[in-house]
Amino acid sequence: MKIACLIKQVPDTETRIRIKPDRSGIEESDIKYIVSPYCEFAVEEALRVKEKAGGGEATVISLGPDRVVEAIRTALAMGIDKGIHIDSEGKSFDSYATAVVLANVLRDRGFDMILCGKQAIDGDNGQVGPMIAELLDIPQVMIIERLELTADKKGVTATRRVAGGGKEVYEISFPALFGCEKGLNVPRYASLPGIMKAKTKPIEKLKSSDLLNGALPLVQWANYQLPPERMAGKKIEGDLAYQAHELVRLLREEAKVI
Amino acid sequence: MSEIVVLCEHQNEKIKKTSLELLSKAHDLAGQLSGKVIALFIGTGMEPLVSELGLYGADSAVLAEHSLLDRYNTLGYAQAVCQAVEQFKPSILLGTASPLGKDLFPRVAARLKTGLASDCTDIRLEGGKLIASRPVYSGKAFVDVVFNTPLQMATTRPNSFPIKTLETGKTAKVVRLNLNLSSLRCPMKELGQGETGRVDLTEAEIIVSGGRAMANADNFKILREMAQVIGASVGASRAAVDSGYAPHDMQVGQTGKVVNPKLYMACGISGAIQHLAGMRTSKVIVAINKDPEAPIFGKADYGIVGDLFTLVPLLTQEFKKLLAE
Ligand SMILES: Cc1cc2nc3c(=O)[nH]c(=O)nc-3n(C[C@H](O)[C@H](O)[C@H](O)COP(=O)(O)OP(=O)(O)OC[C@H]3O[C@@H](n4cnc5c(N)ncnc54)[C@H](O)[C@@H]3O)c2cc1C
Ligand SMILES: Nc1ncnc2c1ncn2[C@@H]1O[C@H](COP(=O)(O)O)[C@@H](O)[C@H]1O
Repeated sequence: MKIACLIKQVPDTETRIRIKPDRSGIEESDIKYIVSPYCEFAVEEALRVKEKAGGGEATVISLGPDRVVEAIRTALAMGIDKGIHIDSEGKSFDSYATAVVLANVLRDRGFDMILCGKQAIDGDNGQVGPMIAELLDIPQVMIIERLELTADKKGVTATRRVAGGGKEVYEISFPALFGCEKGLNVPRYASLPGIMKAKTKPIEKLKSSDLLNGALPLVQWANYQLPPERMAGKKIEGDLAYQAHELVRLLREEAKVI
Repeated sequence: MSEIVVLCEHQNEKIKKTSLELLSKAHDLAGQLSGKVIALFIGTGMEPLVSELGLYGADSAVLAEHSLLDRYNTLGYAQAVCQAVEQFKPSILLGTASPLGKDLFPRVAARLKTGLASDCTDIRLEGGKLIASRPVYSGKAFVDVVFNTPLQMATTRPNSFPIKTLETGKTAKVVRLNLNLSSLRCPMKELGQGETGRVDLTEAEIIVSGGRAMANADNFKILREMAQVIGASVGASRAAVDSGYAPHDMQVGQTGKVVNPKLYMACGISGAIQHLAGMRTSKVIVAINKDPEAPIFGKADYGIVGDLFTLVPLLTQEFKKLLAE
């Protein structure tokens, strides 16, 4: 079983975002980076599938600047076998160009299963997975919360949750791509021996410029802004009965939401 | 090339509210472009859905009807959408950022090699071109997406636009799309229905959420009781989910659902940055917390310092009284 998991390195969830004065992007100094949480679910799932399949090889792939090697090492420390770092060479890519680069790495390497996050929590696009699946002409299921190998180990049953608590179940044979949602698993922490071992695991180096096929950006991002600051509103004082009555009155008469 | 195609979602023989919102918005945009709004439906048995469409501003309804598309299927739906684009050559293609839209639209965008802005909270026209505003970094910033492609695609977050009905409705013309589809590559095997009447958090207009303070799963029933009275859905913080008080699909926040209701009531939730990321676009926020220093009060329109276990039942009674009037 050959599994690929795609990970993106993103600013820590605690990060206070600051916008550049010309509004062309965010200030990147002093940012602490982490593996995007949904990509961690992908890493964990790759390890579990490998364990259940009784063997195989899991590869972690990340496109980005040199710092993303740290994210790759984190995945290797969790137990992934090897890494591929595609150097973004100082450029940034939109979802489509990212998908073209990653699809070109994935193509012809014989992966049975490609796992990615449902979205990366920087751009929150949720686009790269299905775009890769399209470029590779393989099926996909996004936002999965359950994955089970079929008895013959040639495919999986994937479950995703849809509006109103409904569930869709797909039975899909490999190769296929899956976008991971919270609830799928609980990612393990890297053990100390894991961290030591990760240092000796191979990381293949590729260049994005060799893999872009001349893809041009289909969209541009402009005019970065902070959201309007929410101001503290009214604190309702008084005894409990009054507070409850007054809140309900305000929601009806002032806010007009009830 | 100034038609706008809106992919309309439907469930239980009804057009989803989020799609009606989008039709209203598309009607506005089409007015500015002197174009037409085409409502695209994919599935089976959709004829009864289209009778009132004109009221919401649709000029025509396109039915991509096929027995194989009775249930959602990425590849089948993608084919239907691409065929509609080919036939009607719109300049804008819109859908909802729902589980369906999130699975389908990027796939279609890659196939058509066209720009896509996902999960937008606003769309507008500038010089005849679409500009889509969307939250990034989980709502800690916003960007405008500009398109380099002639077709411009966007999915929008539920509850982003008001539904407007026209005074004199148009009569939406019904067109059938002949799908060339003989088999499906990966059909859905099973569709488990959710509880009937339960509105998903991402689409809910009112949400009542509980945090770590709920202390156990059982206590959530006081929130459910209040929610039932005001037609709300119930959410939870990650602390409540991780402690096993609520299932993970109830989690609101950066690694949970991003919600956009008109009223969000946070009960016993401190207001961590990751929780705020999921609910900061709510129109009105209410905080109930016994700690006057809780950060959530800094973001709430109305706050009550107090014990939720006494306040919530009192509120439920007050809501009942009000709504009985
Ligand atoms: C990578 C990452 C992702 C995360 N993603 C999310 C996410 O998606 N969603 C999310 O919510 N969090 C997320 N978090 C966690 C977040 O940082 C907080 O830990 C979490 O939101 C706290 O939940 P809480 O407010 O319920 O609990 P606490 O912070 O413990 O707050 C409980 C509050 O209840 C109040 N209280 C106690 N008893 C009562 C009572 N009887 N009546 C009234 N008030 C009472 C207390 O004063 C306190 O303010 C994430 C964290 C990380 C690191
Ligand atoms: N630069 C990247 N390198 C590797 N994987 C990526 C990259 N960007 C996106 N992905 C994968 O695609 C998923 C969705 O990302 P996005 O479409 O950017 O929200 C992520 O969770 C990753 O699994």
